[in-house]
Amino acid sequence: MKQFDYVRPATVAEAVAAAAQPGAVYLAAGTNLLDLMKGGVSRPDRLVDVTHLDGLDQIERLADGGVRIGALVSNADLAHDADFAKAYPAVAEALLSGASAQLRNAATVGGNLLQRTRCAYFYDTASRCNKREVGSGCDARDGENRTHAVLGWSENCIATHPSDFCVPLVALDAIVEIEGRSGRREIALDDLHRLPGDTPERESALEPGDLIVAVRLPPAARGFAAHARYLKVRDRTSYAFAVVSAAAALRIENGKIAEARLALGGVAAKPWRARAAEDMLRDVPPTVDAFQEAASRALADAKPSGDNAFKIELARRIVVRALSLAAAGTPVRIPALPASPFASMSGAIHARA
Amino acid sequence: MPELNLTSAPAHLRHGSNIGQPLTRRDGVLKVKGQATYAADNHPPGMLFAVMAVSSIARGRVTSLDVAAAKRHPGVIDVMTPDHKPELAIDPEIKTNPFVFRMEVLQSNEVRYANQPIAVVIAETLEAATEGAALLAPHYETLPALIGLDAGESFVPPVVGVGNPTENHRGDVEAELASAEKRIDAVYETPPQYHNAMEPHAIVAAWNGDNLQIDMPTQGLMLSLARVAELFGIAHDKIHIRSPFLGGGFGSKGLMAGPPVLGIMAAKLVGKPVKLVLRREQMYGPVGHRAPTRQRLRIGTDGEGRLTALEHHARTVSSTFDDFYEPAADASHTLYAAPAIRTSHDAVRVNTGTPLFMRAPGEATGSIALESAIDEMAWACGVDPLAFRLKNYAEVEPITGKPFSSKALRACYEQGAARFGWAKRPLQPRQMRDDAGLLVGWGMGTATFPALMFQAEARAVLRRDGSGAMEIGAHDMGQGAWTALAQIAADELGLDIDRVEFKAGSSDLPDAGIAGGSAHTATAGAAIHSAGAAVIAKLADLATSDEKSPLFGAGNAGVIGRDGRLIRRDDESRGESYSEILARAGVAEIEARGTGAPNPAAMEEYAMHAHGAVFAEVKVDPELGQVRVTRMVGAFAAGRIVNPRMVQSQLFGGMIWGLSFALHEEAITDRRTGRIMNANLGEYHIPVNADVPPLDVITVDEHDPHVNALGIKGVGEIGITGSAGAVANAVWHATGVRVRRFPIRIEELLT
Ligand SMILES: Cc1cc2nc3c(=O)[nH]c(=O)nc-3n(C[C@H](O)[C@H](O)[C@H](O)COP(=O)(O)OP(=O)(O)OC[C@H]3O[C@@H](n4cnc5c(N)ncnc54)[C@H](O)[C@@H]3O)c2cc1C
Ligand code: SF4
Repeated sequence: MKQFDYVRPATVAEAVAAAAQPGAVYLAAGTNLLDLMKGGVSRPDRLVDVTHLDGLDQIERLADGGVRIGALVSNADLAHDADFAKAYPAVAEALLSGASAQLRNAATVGGNLLQRTRCAYFYDTASRCNKREVGSGCDARDGENRTHAVLGWSENCIATHPSDFCVPLVALDAIVEIEGRSGRREIALDDLHRLPGDTPERESALEPGDLIVAVRLPPAARGFAAHARYLKVRDRTSYAFAVVSAAAALRIENGKIAEARLALGGVAAKPWRARAAEDMLRDVPPTVDAFQEAASRALADAKPSGDNAFKIELARRIVVRALSLAAAGTPVRIPALPASPFASMSGAIHARA
Repeated sequence: MPELNLTSAPAHLRHGSNIGQPLTRRDGVLKVKGQATYAADNHPPGMLFAVMAVSSIARGRVTSLDVAAAKRHPGVIDVMTPDHKPELAIDPEIKTNPFVFRMEVLQSNEVRYANQPIAVVIAETLEAATEGAALLAPHYETLPALIGLDAGESFVPPVVGVGNPTENHRGDVEAELASAEKRIDAVYETPPQYHNAMEPHAIVAAWNGDNLQIDMPTQGLMLSLARVAELFGIAHDKIHIRSPFLGGGFGSKGLMAGPPVLGIMAAKLVGKPVKLVLRREQMYGPVGHRAPTRQRLRIGTDGEGRLTALEHHARTVSSTFDDFYEPAADASHTLYAAPAIRTSHDAVRVNTGTPLFMRAPGEATGSIALESAIDEMAWACGVDPLAFRLKNYAEVEPITGKPFSSKALRACYEQGAARFGWAKRPLQPRQMRDDAGLLVGWGMGTATFPALMFQAEARAVLRRDGSGAMEIGAHDMGQGAWTALAQIAADELGLDIDRVEFKAGSSDLPDAGIAGGSAHTATAGAAIHSAGAAVIAKLADLATSDEKSPLFGAGNAGVIGRDGRLIRRDDESRGESYSEILARAGVAEIEARGTGAPNPAAMEEYAMHAHGAVFAEVKVDPELGQVRVTRMVGAFAAGRIVNPRMVQSQLFGGMIWGLSFALHEEAITDRRTGRIMNANLGEYHIPVNADVPPLDVITVDEHDPHVNALGIKGVGEIGITGSAGAVANAVWHATGVRVRRFPIRIEELLT
């Protein structure tokens, strides 16, 4: 491997200073970064290991009713925190549908947010990739692109963001707390990931040295606990990235949807919030017809970027199903096969094909 | 060699016959404790690390390598390139026998496929060697690569598989098809697949003068040794290969491939022991794979659903520089009784590493197409798929007309169907749903695999202390040879298994042949059987010719060995212990050798195959198209079952691989560059635990007096056949959608 420095800062301030240097990157659990380094995709000069920083591994209930999740909380610990899972069931379900138990035990909240795309051409250093090497081209565009983006892509990049966790988070208006060279700031998760446009190499709103210290869910996020699901269609039952996924959360009052939240995963370079669909669902009864209309609004701008037209129709169907499942009510326990179509579907409303 | 302390758990303390007992793995505890030494676990003093640099193009020439940059990197000792390497004794392009495949060992700067080795960096640490390989930054002259089943002109290869005729026929297929009452004509495609053994190919090579010590996983110790000997021009007795455990082989470790040869060359170049381990992505190229196929099946029946014609044509690929042709169409030779059968193959050459045997080569690829087509034909006739198969049950082997040495397939159908509950299956597809609204489908497939035998030798020893030994250079790939062969050895020596020192996995032992073709237990078992019989005969000689023995005058045929005693067959009360006989004769031990080999006369007379019937249930989400297998039952008849526990595991593994074939496995090849885009276990999908349903294996009694002395047929590969088709047919039955391109994907079910 390429020789690199390894530093283990004692404080957040030291970490930010160390990581602001060119060629430096943060190392969390390394489940993504080390793979990239072994493959020569990422060749940093310096690893700034943040796993020993104090105070970033807490799940705090906030006075205002929100929750603050430290960037170093492991994916597994968060999903298995009973209070958290009860308040934000779709988030827990999404976490448990990702990767494998071993990976979830290691992977951190911050790392999950900033994991890189799984585009095969990005990983394959012999291929041209604008994300990996600015201006080199995009071999995925005319290549094997069955799983690539159908929303928000550009000719320069058709990659998707692979995180499951981010999908319900973005639906619930999660906020990212960042420590940077000029102190602390926060941005909406929806603004963290960037669409490719002409600069696919710029994947997030973060500046050099920016450290994610926490993710916060605002008080309103709790209001959806009774009707929140994550649904993830994949090529095998577990341990696979989403072909398409959706998080659906509803507040139902007097038989009508008071507020809906909907986001899609596996369709774009960011977790895709479907606000037009949410708006349409306000104050209507939770019916399959309404959900179908919402689905077509959510995918109104979708277009295939290659051999992936099926993902648009699949996404519509997933939206309908996820909304139906959410309307039916959050199950008491997270299903043994989280987010799977093979989790028991009893209670689901069936849109007959 | 470190002593192998194979465990003797209480489960082994059995008396009487060992064969047939479900002993647990004798090497299980070693493996669980991490004490089983796989090749890459060896670290001889002074060892260096070698890392291959591999080509990123599929066709062309390496024009430059920045050797200087690599050598400047701290820790790098040397860089082996076409211009700087030890000379081999023979040109690796020469095929000295049909079991020699061409390999890339830096003989030129030509590139024939992606991931071909183009240089080897040797360094003090793995990290330094890895970085050195990256620093080589090769430049290429790139030529357009030949990719896919339609690349270039097709041709008819001289043979397919291992010397099978390319074409076979019986009867007049065209005439029968023309007059058939019902017909189907369907094309199926299977993708390239890679063996992906858990243990990557690895070698630790150490030269000591002109002696060569090798640690390397191999399914064929002596074949590998002979190849190394000819490549390096050294005598066989100068080479010692240890291969006590393989972390899976599946065919990819059967014959000597290029990378381990590079390890030996590297060790020679630097004059120190060298370890070379392939990275996972490097296994998608130089160590073989299952070639893709496109198979057309044309089938005709009469008005009663009896087959009148079966035509099976397979298109496959080989590399641009060598020949291996997946014999997919041959799957149609043995199962269904059609009066007219024609099978044929053609091929194109593409820029890949040469395809190779991969667990059930030809049988697996052919089976999923044939079993799908039979299912389609049954549906076209309006007949239940099991009833259709029974109606067309082959009483003799259809392509040759030979009787079967044994065939309990009917019992497999019956027992499997009963266990599965097949009788309740509606004929029409898309009829069943579960409580949650998921579509449910049931499908079946027939399994078959030839009962093969190769050549092997074993050496048996009986000792005065009442113990014995059996030596054979057999291979445990995880299938359980350490256990099953030791069970046979114990029976043949007439000793309890704990009294037998069973030695295997080393090239200084008698040649056990190749662990392939599902023939290892049968072949090595036959050698052990005859070695055991020979040493018992020697012992009997000593006793029956000794007046002081109670066995005096009993004659050779009149005694048997059991529980460490030789006893008269006609009077079991008369006998004495092996120890007593040897002590009186004044010898410490006696030994004898025996061989196992196919019986040409029996092969001439009989068709020899194992059979089975697999039943699968799948559930499919009606709107989202995701598929999950929820139940599988396999009933197999494979002759004598030496160890039911190991056999069950082999069949489980095969059935899971069949599921994988139908739903998951595919090497995704970039259609422009020929590079494999999912060369890792995250994205090259195989079933994970959540994909594997409860599996039910039934082994049907089958006594076969012809296949070999022990009546063993082998179970290593048959489990894939039948299973893949059963799953595919179940998907059709669930959805009404017939997918003919494998693996079946979600998008094809989004109706
Ligand atoms: C085989 C496999 C399957 C997977 N399947 C799934 C799946 O199905 N669904 C899914 O969602 N994910 C999946 N993953 C991805 C997994 O979730 C991520 O690898 C993991 O979440 C990354 O977390 P980490 O702590 O290991 O991050 P690292 O690998 O340590 O870091 C990832 C990136 O984030 C940066 N980073 C980390 N922490 C911070 C921080 N606090 N502030 C700023 N930057 C930071 C690092 O610099 C790096 O660029 C899979 C991964 C693998 C290897
Ligand atoms: S899609 Fe994006 S990540 Fe993939 S090759 Fe193109 S530019 Fe690179």
